Amino acid sequence: MIDVVIIGYGPAGISAGIYLKRQDVHPTIIGKDLGALEGYDDKVENYYGLVEPIYGKDLIQNGVDQAKNLGIKVITDSVISIKSVESHFEVVTTQTKYETKAILLATGKTRRTMKRTGFTQYRGKGISMCATCDGFFYRRKKVALIGCGAYMLHELEYLKKMTKDITIFTDGHPLKEAVDVPVVYDKIQKFSGTDKLTHIETTDQSYEVQGAFIAIGIPSSVEFASQMGVIIEKNNVIVDENYMTNVPGLFAAGDVIGGKLQIAKAVYDGMNAADAIYSYLHPKKSLVAK
Amino acid sequence: MMVNTFTTGNFEAEVLKSDVPVLVEFWATWCGPCQRVAPILEDLANDVKDLAKIGKLDVDEEYEIADELGIMSIPTIIVFKDGKVHQSTIGVQSKETLKKLLSL
Repeated sequence: MIDVVIIGYGPAGISAGIYLKRQDVHPTIIGKDLGALEGYDDKVENYYGLVEPIYGKDLIQNGVDQAKNLGIKVITDSVISIKSVESHFEVVTTQTKYETKAILLATGKTRRTMKRTGFTQYRGKGISMCATCDGFFYRRKKVALIGCGAYMLHELEYLKKMTKDITIFTDGHPLKEAVDVPVVYDKIQKFSGTDKLTHIETTDQSYEVQGAFIAIGIPSSVEFASQMGVIIEKNNVIVDENYMTNVPGLFAAGDVIGGKLQIAKAVYDGMNAADAIYSYLHPKKSLVAK
Repeated sequence: MMVNTFTTGNFEAEVLKSDVPVLVEFWATWCGPCQRVAPILEDLANDVKDLAKIGKLDVDEEYEIADELGIMSIPTIIVFKDGKVHQSTIGVQSKETLKKLLSL
């Protein structure tokens, strides 16, 4: 059992890791990429101590290297699901599984929607972001599962318990995992229907469906969180003054909780969240200033 | 105040014919996120006292009503006023947001 898994190795996640390490808590930090700053062409010049402006991805990579140099376990992997198991959590990644007492969501924020006609209109009316939440309503129905990788496969296993009639839509991407159900490779043009979703349309075909489950790429932390029953408002994970969500042991920091989308704020969040996580793990001990 | 349990049997009398706004959570025992709504509803019920009725309806047991309302995702929370759907939302919400849905 790990004390804490930190998801995301940007400024919030790494800062939390560094401060936890100083309290002799050993976090495992899992990140999938260098986050929002990875593809950011402008250099960062508004952060303290930067004599010369630096590329965002270089700054983030420095943070990762800093944590590694301090002996913190930093892993590149993608989390595909989080579950509450009794009083701890199970974190499933594309490569393995972790059991942990606490989790810090520090993934940054990307809003995973599909910018297609009808997506917003049929969200909750046939389009679902969560097989485990909504699969039940589609028992023995004709459903589409949109995705092409490990996350899709994870959702497929669950949906198979509900219905036999599943078609995978890769939405123009190559299929990365072998499946034993029909696959449509064409790009989706639109979602259409009446008051409920009835069809998925590609350039030259229209497929009748009663439900469409979205499992593209890797789920965002807002999706993990909502699947766990965390309060989400305006696409922000809601936390209390101790950076804890309404799920005990599940913390969040950085862009994902809203506020200023700035490195300075993410670092501050990470530091505070580390203190709060320490107190959660050791309710009787007080923090040692280090 | 307590959190009510609505059923096909009492839905009309308790919800549709209620004198005060009624907030109904559509839930199921197998739905993980729904378990997190329960404490929020209890808290809300204590706050709103007799200004509104707070309750939940099990979509497995009472599927006729869930089907009629086109519930396809849970938790769905619907506020009924004067027998009609006044507000509807999907997912776990804070107590403050639920109060806004009730226009309290």
